[in-house]
Order: sequence, then structure tokens, then C-alpha cells
Amino acid sequence: MKKKVDTNKIEISFSLNGEKKTMLIKSSMILLDLIRDEIGLTGTKTGCNEGECGACTVLINDVAVNSCLFPAINIQGKNVTTIEGISDGVKLDPVQEALIEKGGVQCGFCTSGMVMTIKGMQTKFKKGKHKPTTEEIKKGLEGNLCRCTGYVKIVEAAEKVIHGHS
Amino acid sequence: MAKKLNIIGTPTPKLDAGIRTTGKAIYGHDMKLPGMLHGAILRTQFPYADFTIDVSAAKKLKGVICVITAEDIDTNTISYKRDHPVLKRGTVNCIRDEIAAVAAETKEIALEALKLIKVNYKPKRGIFDPSDSLKEKAREVNRFLKEKKYEKNVADKFFYEHGNLDEQKKKSAVIVKKKFELQRMTHCCMATSNITADWNVITKRLTLYSSTQVPFLYQRDMAHCLKINPSDIRVVQVVIGGGFGSKLDMNPFEPIAAILSMKTNRPVQILYTREEEFIASPTRQTMNIEMEAGADKNGNFTFRDIKIIKDNGAYTSWGATTPFVMMQTFSSLYQCPACRFESVAVYTNNPNAGSFRGYGNPQATFAMESVIDLLADELKMDKAAIRLKNSNYKGEITGQGLHFETCGHKESLETVIEKSKRQDAGGKMQDARYKRGIGYGSMLHVGGGAKIYRSDGCGTTIKLDDYGYLTIVTGSSEIGQGSETVLAMMASEELSIPLSKIKVVNTDTDVKPWDVGVHASRTTFVAGNSLLGAIDLLKKKLNKKAAILLNTPAEEFIYENEEIKNSNYQSVKIDKVVREIHFASPSELCTETYFYEPSSKFQDKGFKGNVSGTYAFAAQAVEVEVDTYTGNIKVVKIEVAQDVGKVLNPLGIMGQIEGGVLMGVGYALSEELIMENGYVKNPNFHNYKMLTASDVPEINFYPIETNDSQGPYGAKGMAEAPLIPTAAAIANAVADAIGTRIYSLPLTPEKILRALNEKSNNGHSVVIR
Ligand code: FES
Ligand code: FES
Repeated sequence: MKKKVDTNKIEISFSLNGEKKTMLIKSSMILLDLIRDEIGLTGTKTGCNEGECGACTVLINDVAVNSCLFPAINIQGKNVTTIEGISDGVKLDPVQEALIEKGGVQCGFCTSGMVMTIKGMQTKFKKGKHKPTTEEIKKGLEGNLCRCTGYVKIVEAAEKVIHGHS
Repeated sequence: MAKKLNIIGTPTPKLDAGIRTTGKAIYGHDMKLPGMLHGAILRTQFPYADFTIDVSAAKKLKGVICVITAEDIDTNTISYKRDHPVLKRGTVNCIRDEIAAVAAETKEIALEALKLIKVNYKPKRGIFDPSDSLKEKAREVNRFLKEKKYEKNVADKFFYEHGNLDEQKKKSAVIVKKKFELQRMTHCCMATSNITADWNVITKRLTLYSSTQVPFLYQRDMAHCLKINPSDIRVVQVVIGGGFGSKLDMNPFEPIAAILSMKTNRPVQILYTREEEFIASPTRQTMNIEMEAGADKNGNFTFRDIKIIKDNGAYTSWGATTPFVMMQTFSSLYQCPACRFESVAVYTNNPNAGSFRGYGNPQATFAMESVIDLLADELKMDKAAIRLKNSNYKGEITGQGLHFETCGHKESLETVIEKSKRQDAGGKMQDARYKRGIGYGSMLHVGGGAKIYRSDGCGTTIKLDDYGYLTIVTGSSEIGQGSETVLAMMASEELSIPLSKIKVVNTDTDVKPWDVGVHASRTTFVAGNSLLGAIDLLKKKLNKKAAILLNTPAEEFIYENEEIKNSNYQSVKIDKVVREIHFASPSELCTETYFYEPSSKFQDKGFKGNVSGTYAFAAQAVEVEVDTYTGNIKVVKIEVAQDVGKVLNPLGIMGQIEGGVLMGVGYALSEELIMENGYVKNPNFHNYKMLTASDVPEINFYPIETNDSQGPYGAKGMAEAPLIPTAAAIANAVADAIGTRIYSLPLTPEKILRALNEKSNNGHSVVIR
């Protein structure tokens, strides 16, 4: 329930990386700032703050979004997953494993966003029972910029987890 | 090196990929120190103006701890020519200029405070075209340059020549003279510039959490700026979110953070916004290149005569020294009996240029490879054949004195020429709308460091502990390129210790030995040789003890499975040997230090001499498809062959190749920081077009292994090369496709359409700029 406390603070309840949370936040707060500055999870990156680079990608109810443009109050009642919550804490997620093994990580600044976007795609395609083409996978990655890798290895990693082969 | 290699040459994921994939790597943006303040910088609104400034209202804002302007600081000017004041006083010279800075309790308050600073500008007419700066009546753009070696508004000048130009001109059957224009490109590191400065008022020492790629030069530059002792500055490199040359220079925001910390006695962090990154980061140089070149009737190159004007911007960075690299390309890429090279870096009121992967070489190579195509056209000669005929060869000592002890130039060319042969024997796809073409480009770059600073060396300290784990403390830096991993692979190869037991320490100037920094594709070569030197010393120590333990002469040992073995298959565990050395009298530690200085030489005043330990060569062949209705270019395929000496980590090399090539495609097709009267018109990713996953062409890589005798396992530097010939090859492919040539980058659809238009109007090809 959104409950007004003072003029510009609002209480929201949501789940972050599987953990229930209730917080009092400014109504104007952006999700990326909530995650990085208020909660202190710094795995989600700020590349542009303008919705252009995808470094800040997180999952909201399994859908990849740019958290730098996303009003934090809109996560009320939803599940937010960041890079810190993508694996079970014991083993890496297959997306992470594939990126490492294929060599899709150089400076790594885009990597959190890439992991979340690939994860989001994987879920979407699985739900729709759709086997995407390489072109569709590349299209899905268009919102994530990477200056180091030339994307080849990232696309390979995405194909591996989405198509389930190597 | 005939011995069988175990890990060198095997695809090996980066050691640090795990932390970088899980969000656990701490970049500058993630640093938080107790009591840390947030800094912000006020920049000018006009590219050239006189101004007065009033910060009193900002100082009064609650949460603001410190506000500084030029009046409040006592610093030396910075930059390669020391012509750049940290904060500007009274006059601004370009749109990136810093005029005040704030430290506050929160980012929001710092930004709020900037808005409260009152600035009165008297805008003046700036000079934005280098040719205007060179006019007699032009005013002096930079008044801070102390050494007045050159004429007005010239920041730096290079002149080089070899051979007899006039004689070679006479021998020429064909001569081509063209002008080329190269645009401003910017690095777009995914992490914006950042710094956290922490002054300790008690010890009077400064710690900088920085993304520099040259920590020891940075330490010295910072000390000079702040007028303190270099050794009182500790540079700790945070995880770096992209370098590509951008972090070779120290920029004003870094001393500004230090000063704010010194004034507040609290840590201060400055993070650029993306817009600030576009406006205030030094770029690749824009250039006008005029090139005249000839060939005799058999297609042998005769001479090259080059004049370059570079837009230096308002201040001078290391990028001013890019002619070092460019003149190598003109003097020595493909055999050339005579060459004259002249370049000037000219001050303007544009943001200053900096250094960028390739260091002038993509520009030089674009001009050079375009001219070669034109010469071939004039001679009605095959474009592949003319290149092969003039290619460099092993043992060549060029007119400039570069010594190619190994040389994969010809082999690289042959490989990509062969691989790019059209499958459809009929040749060019003859579609009315879509035209296909193939273009070649090749390149020469330093591959074993570059002696441009007094030392081009690197130190390494290694430590083998009582449990058989190895720590490598290397002077070199990891900026995402994977050098840590390659070093660990080398140590593993030599000592048979698994990667899981090797640690690389490389981020702290208080700890690590000196190194000149990450540039000139030098790290694998120089840091690798330094490490191998240290391992050699360590092995001597281990072997001596093992000889006693195994009762054999030391020479025969092999290292296998963490054991030292003699020829009778008797063995002793390495960690046991370490403990014997450590605990048995006379006790010693298994620690060794080695400093490697490449054999390269300083060039003489005429820029002649063997400047690098070895040289890298590469060739690319590109197939494009041009849509003649829209002007869009699709890069279909890029064949890449590169003389890397020896492949150490195939996975790392592929990453450098693909990343570099795509950067080159962006340079060729879409990337340009657009300036208008000194303003940056497209300071965001929406309007500055970096390529995305959908734009990636097929990239095939063929490593050429020439096994350089000086390189570690035969390897050469390789990381800048992939982007150097790409734009040149694409431009040649486009010319091949549409039958007319464009002499500037990027090759935008508008330029293509205009070129096609003029071609059909004139019936022959014309110069489009
Ligand atoms: S930081 Fe959100 S898209 Fe760039
Ligand atoms: S790995 Fe550096 S930006 Fe993608």
C-alpha cells in the first residue's frame, strides 16, 4: 500500500533479490539511485543516466528495464532482481558462466547490464516458447552498449544460454 | 622456444571475469570512504569569453563545505606542455573549461551549489578552425605555453625526412595528391571519468583512487601540479571501466578533487556525468592530411610527401605526440625510398584533443591506404598486387631506421586477400540498388613498447610463499585488456603452478615497482619480459636448493605439476623447496625483483632510430554493401590477419580483435563528435552513434605467428592494431562499390548520396569533402 507520510516521502514495499523490503522514499526517486545510493548495491552501473546504454539494467518481475529512468515508486509490490541476486549465491547463473567462458567480459562495466538483459530475454523467449534467431538476440541486446568487446562474445554467450548449446 | 607449452596458447578466461560478472568489482563510481564529500565542477557556458565570478551564495548553501575558484588555489599548470591551468582565471578558452568547483555533503547539494554561482561572461569571437589560428592576424589562443619554439598558435611541430624526394619524383610514372579530413572521435568508456581523493592532514600524504592508465607518470604530474613530493602521493587504481588511451593524460578534475580534499580534510569524489564526459574528455585528433605519393611504372612506390594540420584544441595533451606514430606509417609501412613528413598541432578554442587507441595511426593509415588505391587505379594495377609488391619484409631496416627483425606484413596481406576472394566467381554483385565492394588496408604499429619517455621499462616483484602460491607484483596495469591473466599464464607456464594459486597485485604505487604505463600496446611485451626475468632469478634460487635436496646438478630440472623434477624422475614439491629455503639456515625468502628495459632506442633529432623492441603488422579486407538509394553502408565481412608474434591467450586476443575492429567500423561509419563554433552538438549516446550488437559484421581472424626473438614466447603487442586499418579498408571497399571516393570520415549516408549524385552529374569521379 502506498501510504503518504510527509509531502514528498512515500512508503513502498517490494521484493529485492528475493528479500521483502519496505522503505520510505522520496516520490521522485529513481530506481537506480535507490539501488545504488540508498540500499548500497553497487553492482548495477550508471553509464549514462539517460536510458541510452543499458548499464543500469535490472529485472522487474523478470522483465529487463533501465533502472536509471524508472521511478522507484513503481516497484511497489513487484520483484526486483539486480546482478547481486541473479545467482543463488553458491553457483553462478548460466548467463554469468557463459559470459566468462566465452570471453564476453573485458572492463566489465557493461557486464551487469548485459547479464540482466540476457536473463530477461531468456525468460521472455522461454515463456513465449519461441526459439529466437541470432538476429533477434542481437536486436534484444541493442539497448546495451559495450565499448570493449565488439559484442561478438556477448552474443555468443547469449546464444549459448538461450539456445542451450555451446 | 621448442618446448611444448601447457597453458600459453590455450583459451583462458580472464582471471577477474568472475568479480566483473557478479557486480563485485569496485569501480571508481562504487568507492565510498567514511566522511566522503561529493565534488562537482562548474564549466563555462561560452567557448571563449572573459568572465568574473561570485561564489558567495554557493558558499552559504547548507551542506556546502568548500567552493574554489582560480583565486583560491596555488598550482602549476598541467598537461604535456604544461599549458593548461587547473581552474581558469578571468578568461575561458574552450567549452570544457573549469571555472569553479564545489565539495558538498551530497551530490544533490553540490549540483545545487553550482547553480548558485554567479558568472558574468563577456563572450568573444573564438577561433575554431586551425587554418584561422595560423593566420597572421589571429590572436594568441593559449597564453600559458612557456617554450615559444614555434610560430604563434603552434603547440607542437614535427619534421621528418629520408631519401631524395626530387629524384624519386622524377622516377615516378604516376603521382597522386589528395587531401583527407578526419573527424573528432571520442572514447566512450562505459564508466565515466572518476576520482576519489583522500588527503591525510596528519601524514601530509595524498591517496588518489584513480582510473589512470599511467600511475607513475600521473603521480609525478600530480605532484608537479600540487607542488608536493611525488612520493607523498599514493595512486591506487580502482577497477577501470574502459581506457583506450583516454586515461593517459591527467585532467583538471583530478587535481581539483585533490585540492578540495586538502582544503576540507575529507575525502572528495568527483564523477563525470555522461554529458560532461562527452564535453570535457580529450578526443581523437581531428586532422587535415595532405598526401602526395608516387609509384614507378612497375608499381614500386617512390616517395611520399605529407603535410598534416592537427586541431590541438585549447591545450596540449600527450596526443600532440601522435606524429611519432604517424610518421612511422608514412616512412615505413610498405617500402618507400623517400619520405617527407611535416605536422603541426594548432591551438584553437575547441576542446583539447588527447590520445586514443591507435595514436594517430588510424588517421595516417586512412590517407595512406586510400592513396595506394588511387595509385593502383592510375597504373591500372590490381589493388592486391600493388600492396604485395611493396610490402615490408623480415630483416628490413626502413628509411627511418626501424628494424623489422620479424615481419608478418606480406603474410597478413596474402591471407586477407585470399580469404576475401569473392565466392561468386562473377565478381561484384550487379544489383541496381545494392553495390558490393572489397577494400584492403594494412598497418604497422609499435609492438614492443615505444621509447618516448626516459624509460620504457617495467618492474616486477614475485613472491613464492611457503604454501606454493605465487604473488606477482607488477608495475603494469590492468585496464580491462586482460594483462593480469596473460602474466599469470606466463608464470603458470614457467613454474607449473596452477592459475588458481597465482595472484596478481598491480594497483598501488606504494607497493608496485615502476612502469611507464599502459600505452603503445606494450604491456604484454614489456611486463611479460619483466616477469620472465624475475621468474628466471627465482628458478635459480629454487634450482640451487632442489639440487641439494635431489642430489643432482641444477641444470637438468623441469617444472611439472608443482614439482621440480630431475631426469631420473625424482622430484620434490615446489612448496617444500620454498620451505627448505625459508626455514633452513641460512634462511631466505623466495622473493625476486627484476626490471626490464626494452632494447629500443631514443630516436635522434631527425626521429630516426629503432624506437620499439619489435613491430606489429596487420592487414584487413572488408566487404561492404552500399545501398545507393539511402546511402547506407553495410559492412558484410571483415577478414583480419595480424602478426601478433605468438598467440598467448586466444580468448584475450579475439576480444581485442573484435572490440578493436568494431571501434574501427564506428570510426569509419558513424562516430563523430560534432562541434559548432566551439560547442559540442551531440554530447549523448542518442546523437553520438556508437555501434550496437546488431551492427557487428562477420569478423574472421587469422593470427600470423612470426615468433619474435625478443617477445615473451615470441609475442608482440597487439591491442591497438585491430582498429588501425579498419576505416581505411572500409573506405576503399566503399570506393570499390560505388566507383567514387570519399576523402573524409565518417562515411555518412549523406556523403555517399552526394558522391553518387556528383558522379552521375559529372560522369567521372570527383573529390568529396
Ligand atoms: S545508465 Fe541507464 S541506460 Fe545508461
Ligand atoms: S566490457 Fe567494457 S564496456 Fe563492455
